[in-house]
Amino acid sequence: MTYEKRSDGRKFDELRPMEAKVGVIPRADGSAMFKTGKTIAYAAVYGPRQLHPSHMRNPETGILRCNYNMMSFSGSGERVRPGPSRRSKEIGLVMEKALLPVLDLSGFPNSVVDVFVELLQTDAGTRCAGITAASLALADAGFMMKDLVAAVSVGKVGDKLVTDVNKEEEDFEEGATDVPIAMLPRTGQITLLQLDGKVSKDELKTLLENAKKATKEIYEVQKQALKEKYGAK
Amino acid sequence: MVNGSKKYIKALLQKGLREDGRKLDEYRNVEIEYGVSAKSAEGSARVKIGGTEVVAGVKMEVGEPFPDKPDQGTIVVNAELLPLSSPDFESGPPGVDSIELSRVVDRGIRESKTIDFKKLCIKSGEKVWLLFIDIYPINNEGNLFDAAALAAFAALKDAKFPVYDEKTEKVKYDEKTEKHVPLENLPMACTVLKIDDKFIIDPLIAEEKAADARVTTVSIEDGSICAMQKGGEKPLNSEELVKMVELSLSKAAEFRKAFK
Repeated sequence: MTYEKRSDGRKFDELRPMEAKVGVIPRADGSAMFKTGKTIAYAAVYGPRQLHPSHMRNPETGILRCNYNMMSFSGSGERVRPGPSRRSKEIGLVMEKALLPVLDLSGFPNSVVDVFVELLQTDAGTRCAGITAASLALADAGFMMKDLVAAVSVGKVGDKLVTDVNKEEEDFEEGATDVPIAMLPRTGQITLLQLDGKVSKDELKTLLENAKKATKEIYEVQKQALKEKYGAK
Repeated sequence: MVNGSKKYIKALLQKGLREDGRKLDEYRNVEIEYGVSAKSAEGSARVKIGGTEVVAGVKMEVGEPFPDKPDQGTIVVNAELLPLSSPDFESGPPGVDSIELSRVVDRGIRESKTIDFKKLCIKSGEKVWLLFIDIYPINNEGNLFDAAALAAFAALKDAKFPVYDEKTEKVKYDEKTEKHVPLENLPMACTVLKIDDKFIIDPLIAEEKAADARVTTVSIEDGSICAMQKGGEKPLNSEELVKMVELSLSKAAEFRKAFK
């Protein structure tokens, strides 16, 4: 059960190399690309715009609608069949919940803000990369936000607690636990938490601390990306 | 007149001008980047034509051949007009526009005979390679037909076969060979629009919306035509069509020289 050394040579609490850029999709109202290791996510924001179907409209507030999709060639192994799956629908849902707490859409009744996330290449941690990119795209679109949202997948591989799990680790033969977490980096509030695998309560506590540290690092990359587009030259 | 309106586009063209300052027969800058999804796809590429950006990837699977072509593999082309790439595209099952786009790209590759499908045969009547080519716009600023066709071809050019284990009958996707898909020639799509009495290439969105007719011509090195598609609501007479094809062929020839 021992996991001595990470397959890509990282320290156990080390994130993969990250890259972030905003404004990569000029047709969108806001957009971003976020790359962690070999996982590459694009996010585009459209809206607020009129919501169809009309029965979904809320006269008290605008709604957030997230769509997650893996490009057919972006998976490891066989081609991913195009179109929505149960998995992609669920991820869309948890992304909405991860992002909504930083937004105030009450000024846009009956409207929708659409967030589209597309994965160009995947090496685990795709929903987290998607959330990180989407929050940048929302900022790029000019929404007032309480904070950015940064997300990372922490977990347990063999007997070790690790940060930013990659696909090889996720598939670790003797067992791996994957815990995707999204946080508001300034306050450490949690907006996404999922877990599959097996950890003790104490391990979970440590993982939350690790996630807090990691999302702060991601936050710096996010802020830098925004400064590159909007900062004083 | 509002920028981007039909009237504006038409009035500009009458003066020999376009919205972005190009000549009528001038292409935007084209960039090709290979291996943009190298970890996942057997082949991948990103194509930018001006502000239009399209990615394409190739996944290879082993399957059974069609009964009437037992010694041939095949390609399956799929395009999805992502709502990520334009406010005009909606979520949902593939609409007719994305189906047309993928079928035109498919025919361009297939009919150019650039891939000898017999070379995709592993065991006649039993096992052949199936090449899935998936095309996604990232940002649509017009001329998706040409961009999609070029991205699909570039992804094929980038593709290397993974290892196929005949014993387990499984593809080992984490092990790539050095073997490329043999490509015999370079099919090049060039779309021409007719707006009033003017012909333009590499259209912007506003020009596409103002167009009377659209003709996509896919040609190969020797100048012969391997696929065509007319779109748009207005008819064309044969003189007009020939003019459009000539423009397309000359641009494709020019372009082919630059493509390496």
